[in-house]
Amino acid sequence: MTFQVVMKRPESLTMREFTYCPGCTHGVIHRLVAEVLDELDMRENTITVAPIGCSVFAYEFFDTDGTIAAHGRAPAVATGIKRARPDLYVFTYQGDGDLGAIGTAEIVHAANRGEKITTIFVNNAIYGMTGGQMAPTTLLGMKSTTTPYGRKAENDGYPLRVSEIIKETRGVAYLARTKVNTPQDVRKTKEAIRKAFLAQVRGIGFGMVEVLSTCPTNWGMDPVKSLKWLEENMVPEYPLGVFVDKVGE
Amino acid sequence: MAERVLVKGTEAMGEAAVRAGCRLFFGYPITPQNELPEYMSKRMPEVNGTFLQTESEVATINMVYGAACTGTRVMTSTSSPGYSLMQEGVSYMACAELPAVLVNVVRGGPGLGDIQPSQGDYWQATKGGGHGDYKLIVLAPSTVQEAVDLTVLAFDLADKYRNPTLIVADGVIGQIMEPVTFPDFVDLSQLPTHDTWALKGNKGRQKRIVAPFDLDPYRLEQMNLALVAKYEEMERNETRWEEYRLEDAEVVITAFGTVARIAKSVVDQAREQGIKAGLFRPITIWPFPYKRLEELSKGKKLIFDAEMNMGQMLEDVKLAVKDNAPIEFFKRMGGVVPTPDEILGALNSKLGR
Repeated sequence: MTFQVVMKRPESLTMREFTYCPGCTHGVIHRLVAEVLDELDMRENTITVAPIGCSVFAYEFFDTDGTIAAHGRAPAVATGIKRARPDLYVFTYQGDGDLGAIGTAEIVHAANRGEKITTIFVNNAIYGMTGGQMAPTTLLGMKSTTTPYGRKAENDGYPLRVSEIIKETRGVAYLARTKVNTPQDVRKTKEAIRKAFLAQVRGIGFGMVEVLSTCPTNWGMDPVKSLKWLEENMVPEYPLGVFVDKVGE
Repeated sequence: MAERVLVKGTEAMGEAAVRAGCRLFFGYPITPQNELPEYMSKRMPEVNGTFLQTESEVATINMVYGAACTGTRVMTSTSSPGYSLMQEGVSYMACAELPAVLVNVVRGGPGLGDIQPSQGDYWQATKGGGHGDYKLIVLAPSTVQEAVDLTVLAFDLADKYRNPTLIVADGVIGQIMEPVTFPDFVDLSQLPTHDTWALKGNKGRQKRIVAPFDLDPYRLEQMNLALVAKYEEMERNETRWEEYRLEDAEVVITAFGTVARIAKSVVDQAREQGIKAGLFRPITIWPFPYKRLEELSKGKKLIFDAEMNMGQMLEDVKLAVKDNAPIEFFKRMGGVVPTPDEILGALNSKLGR
């Protein structure tokens, strides 16, 4: 009797168990990043820059050298690493509070400089680690612990479409918004992540993938409902697509 | 004999950094230190280095953090409000034990203040500045030559202790032109490689991390205690000061940086008037030379502290002098630089002359 391996842990993931809540899609996105690092043979030359937020432990999960940046500053830290060691690959993994609120200046300017780094931007429309407060990406009407009556534009402003801002910067080599709530979308997200890394590997410029993700815990719904809620509510607000692709194939 | 050249303080620090092997500079414009990043923007390409003008001081210090993670010599400079913006990052660097050289060309404060020379950031520089328990070695040059020498030393100390080193200057040291002798260029292949901890890719070894945190309080306490031991080692090994005409002095003027430079003239003029004065000048304002000042304050007629702030180093002078001698204080604030006559007049009046 012979066995065939159909699924295994990517080499770029460590044995550490994820710290994410059940049903959260961070784990899926981590796996996709790790598979891409494996397939592009980048692992041993890559530095992971983890953010502040639920994915603060990302540096523990990826089997690469890594560090943690101050809240929002991962693109600046990655810039420092890349400028010191242009021969290494550097990526940041950031949530929407980290990247879309406190870190807007750093992400815009890293993109505009065409910094040869890759950013994985996980947008789940909420602050997870601090317990479900309003994020810059929280939808209008959506309840959070700091918008108990629902987000209102007149007081809280509008959901921030970060990728639409970033696409206007001329240093961007690859930019896409994807989602991970269906198997097909998981595959599409992996392809986008692969291209965002290729933009760096080929020295073209800044690469970013915004991945629409779920937060069952802070959205207050079960994982299956969360996947459906993402489809019905987040996708209309955050249209999917490839905004910039200078990578080709 | 090395050539002596006439050069401005800020540019002198830049050239000294290049000669110390620094090939990375991140900075954001703020007066009165702009000549340093400007110099680096011209100089770095000449030596295959990188100069990057950043979007803010917040971004700057985090780029410095990133570069330092790779074990590469890196520098930034700024002035007071900009240094305030960097404090979170400095605290992170101290926690993660990252070497770098930071320059604060201090200007009048608080707030936006003005752009004239001041020493109002002494507390920020020596008592923390950012959050949490940490210390930086803080070097305070009082001449352009010393700014050159201390810049080179700053890189060596940063590498030796894996800790940011801060150079505190002000608009006088930054803008004045003086003849200096530059050291030779270091051999880049002889610089510390930091192979035991720096992030270089995990080819052929276990992954490693540079972490400015630990969520377990007991482990974080151990991390803190290790840092404390390092700071104590700095206190033992790196305390530096200058003594000027103190051998027979009855009056000790204490001052650092620009005021110390002025105080040398005060000492000379006081002696012409028959006052046996001398100067005690901390070169490292942290670690402060408490022990030496305590020793030599015994039996003195007066300790006369002069600063361009509300009396910030004065607190350390008091800690050192204890009850050994009476202490008086002279201040100018807001970016006003005192004249020797003014300080001497104040000294005479405190002495009842």
